[in-house]
Amino acid sequence: MLKQIEGSHAMAEGIALCRPEVICAYPITPQTHIVERLGEMVRTGELKNCEFINVESEFTALSVAIGASAAGARAYTATASQGLLFMAEAVYNAAGLGLPVVMTIGNRAIGAPINIWNDHSDAMSMSDAGWMQLFAETNQEAVDLHIQAFRLAEELSMPTMVCVDGFILTHAVERVDVPEQAEVDDYLPAYEPVQVLDPNDPISIGAMVGPDAFTEVRFLQHYKQTLALRLISEFAGEFKKQFGRDSGGLLRTYKIDDAEVLVVAMGSVNGTIKDTIDEMRADGIRIGLVTLVAFRPFPVEALRKVLVGPKHVVVIEKSLAVGMGGQLALHVDLALRNVAGAPQVHSVVAGLGGRPITRPSLHRLFRRALVQPWEGTHFLDLNEEVIAKELHYVRKVRRSGPTAENLLRRLRTGAQKPAAD
Amino acid sequence: MFQVRFHGRGGQGVVTAAELLSVAAFLEQRHAQAFPSFGSERTGAPVVSFCRIDDKEIRLREPILEPDALIVQDPTLFKAVDVFHGLRPDGYLLVNTNRSFGDLQIADAVAKLPRGQARAVPASDLALKYVGRPLPNAALLGAFAALTKIVRFDSVAVAIRQTFPGKVGETNVAAAQAAHDAVAVAPVAG
Amino acid sequence: MTNGTTSAAIQKLHFYQKGTFTVGNRLVSEADRSVQASIDRSNALTCGHRACQGCGEALGARYALDAALRAAGGNLIAVNATGCLEVFTTPYPETSWQIPWIHSLFGNAAAVATGVAAAMRVKGRPEIRVVAQGGDGGTTDIGFGCLSGMFERNDDVLYICYDNEAYMNTGVQRSSATPPAARTATTPAVGPQPGNVFGTGKSVPKIAVAHGIPFVATATVADLHDLERKVVKAMGIHGARYLHIHVPCPLGWGSASQDTIRLAQLAVECGMFPVFEAEHGVVTGRRKIRRRVPVEDYLKPQRRFAHLFTTEEGRKCISQLQAMADRNIAEYRLFDWEGDVE
Repeated sequence: MLKQIEGSHAMAEGIALCRPEVICAYPITPQTHIVERLGEMVRTGELKNCEFINVESEFTALSVAIGASAAGARAYTATASQGLLFMAEAVYNAAGLGLPVVMTIGNRAIGAPINIWNDHSDAMSMSDAGWMQLFAETNQEAVDLHIQAFRLAEELSMPTMVCVDGFILTHAVERVDVPEQAEVDDYLPAYEPVQVLDPNDPISIGAMVGPDAFTEVRFLQHYKQTLALRLISEFAGEFKKQFGRDSGGLLRTYKIDDAEVLVVAMGSVNGTIKDTIDEMRADGIRIGLVTLVAFRPFPVEALRKVLVGPKHVVVIEKSLAVGMGGQLALHVDLALRNVAGAPQVHSVVAGLGGRPITRPSLHRLFRRALVQPWEGTHFLDLNEEVIAKELHYVRKVRRSGPTAENLLRRLRTGAQKPAAD
Repeated sequence: MFQVRFHGRGGQGVVTAAELLSVAAFLEQRHAQAFPSFGSERTGAPVVSFCRIDDKEIRLREPILEPDALIVQDPTLFKAVDVFHGLRPDGYLLVNTNRSFGDLQIADAVAKLPRGQARAVPASDLALKYVGRPLPNAALLGAFAALTKIVRFDSVAVAIRQTFPGKVGETNVAAAQAAHDAVAVAPVAG
Repeated sequence: MTNGTTSAAIQKLHFYQKGTFTVGNRLVSEADRSVQASIDRSNALTCGHRACQGCGEALGARYALDAALRAAGGNLIAVNATGCLEVFTTPYPETSWQIPWIHSLFGNAAAVATGVAAAMRVKGRPEIRVVAQGGDGGTTDIGFGCLSGMFERNDDVLYICYDNEAYMNTGVQRSSATPPAARTATTPAVGPQPGNVFGTGKSVPKIAVAHGIPFVATATVADLHDLERKVVKAMGIHGARYLHIHVPCPLGWGSASQDTIRLAQLAVECGMFPVFEAEHGVVTGRRKIRRRVPVEDYLKPQRRFAHLFTTEEGRKCISQLQAMADRNIAEYRLFDWEGDVE
């Protein structure tokens, strides 16, 4: 049913259609509206046969989900940013125990400095924990990915994060086709755990594994992610058959056939990039887009297929590995490792901590990739003046101290150097 | 694509206003995208929300940089923030006030807009009269429908009723109707 | 005879089990007999685990879980925090658990148990009961947040803490349950204030009582009948329940492995470990001290306190510990004849 609805509420309704049995809620901006709505649906009876548990931390939220999942219930929670870091230990644990928990990440920056706005630092920090990670471009896709996520997770005994840009998607009110219950029931069978805590068939879960088998356990976990590569495409295909929509999959392409520049990106920024691409194509620039949906497993083969051919690949990402550069760019480099005729990869870090990524900036950036391609990491829309002042200060004094506080002091006082010294 | 920026203060229903407008457009089978200014502002702080309306899918996720219309829910904001920033030269302005643009010291900015595309509506007064609370957002949307004809008043009324079932919805629709009529019927000033 | 080495051969018949004041099974009615005395005892934790000789935790866990298992009619799921109990019961690739058992993390046993209980409710299997268990580190330190949350929501979980007063699994480091002055790997017996600090202490049983949960009890492996009774009582109640069992650790305490029960007994008799129970925030019962002993009797057999007996400062520490024990005795009214100390 078509609705004009807030992204978070649409996701909540989509998640409810998946008939979760245990939902753990802990508030953190910007995912809060999702669990609020789910809680309301449990109270009103719109979502039946579901335990909604308000917990005291994100660590507990995922821990409760772990217990529920191990005991055979379909378990869901949501978090963001600091919350994901706070539950980090349980994030790895859920994956190691092979529990098909589905968790929404309302993608948000990580502090300090504290920042409630969108970027992908949180999801990237947990990308190696053994979860699948799927990034939504629109709220429609966010809804659809949750439905696929439960099926994928349960098929593979592998927890799955659905990553949704905080505020930009979670708080946007837009048109979403919320599926019917019967359709979802057709697509997503009831959860039948492969292994479950049951007094009739007692098993021990979570015992120690030593050096004699730990590598094998990890190898097989990694192997399972390669199986996920196939299943993600397959289930997205079945989803299209059932619901008539292209949602999910490993990646999607936009106007790539004749492109000399390809952009690679994840999440909601792809919409803005598509509009920019249309405008640039109208000016005769052959540019296309690869929208990455799956970050874990990372679709090396699928990417290689689409990236080899054009001269330039611009990887634009809302994350930064401090001291290294763009993480997604590094992944794209990996996909092109030892490939003959591989394109030049240009890394761009953009939209950190909620800075808008605008068409004018993208126009300048993509043109630059053609006329003045760069090595290293480019930071989009960097405020050169602020940087210059701090760098000047850093060069002048031996120990310049914490950057964020220096900037704040300078902004407060208008002084050239931090006020405290 | 038609883009609207709402200015108000926390607690005035600025985000709800953008949502209501998007629902009204949705009811006309159009695509609409409403979103807040993503802040952690508390009650009373200046807040902004946005609404895009188009006949095709809206992919754009940047903030609205060059609005086609401004809806200003609190006239004291003209002194606090650069309300007119980016407003297109052929844009619309709707201000919740019972004072004149001259009194608000925005006559110069208003003069740059096409004649008849800037209107003042005493939306808070109307809301107080019909709803009993000075929440101007619904009334302003009624006036917006009359001023821009981007959405039909009927759609605005249905959007209000859907969002606020019962008496609250009805009284807000009454306020919106009054504001709509004030704009639609009264001759354009200046 | 006073010489222990020669007295073993000639043993006088006691109606009480030696040194424990515990009535033997043969003297109590059939109904009151220990779960462990039953011919069809369940062995939730079966033999073959890798606990040290004289491990108080292994003993406590076996009695507690067997009692819980019987009370639940066999419908029991256990959640285990990381720690000695977890490690020694599941040596790769074996397990000593005869019940469904899950280990997730060090600090989340209470939360995982909440999840299991929620799953049982939603699956329509309310007859399946849930026990969470951890050591003092996993309970009073790293798992404390989850524990308090589980209490506050009154989730249907019996949480059992096996308190051996330090992080034994990692090599005897101090926890918030370590007594003042005790030597651990992180509170060495050197310097002007050797051993653990004299802080304010942290009684998690008292904190549990403050949550107002339906049932809180402390117990000890010196009185296994009492322990079983409390487990059975706890299992008869729904909602959050907390059982705190004092379990001596020969390795960590530097005590002889055959002294585990004796030390557990002395901890009670000197007042260092008050045995009590509470319902809905009100203390409803305590185990009176039958023969009060000075704390020295309890401290002396433990090498973790050996440094207290060699210096004047150590003597002062012992007085402070005695004062703590006295406060416990007064607070819980553990002894009817104040001042009647040997």
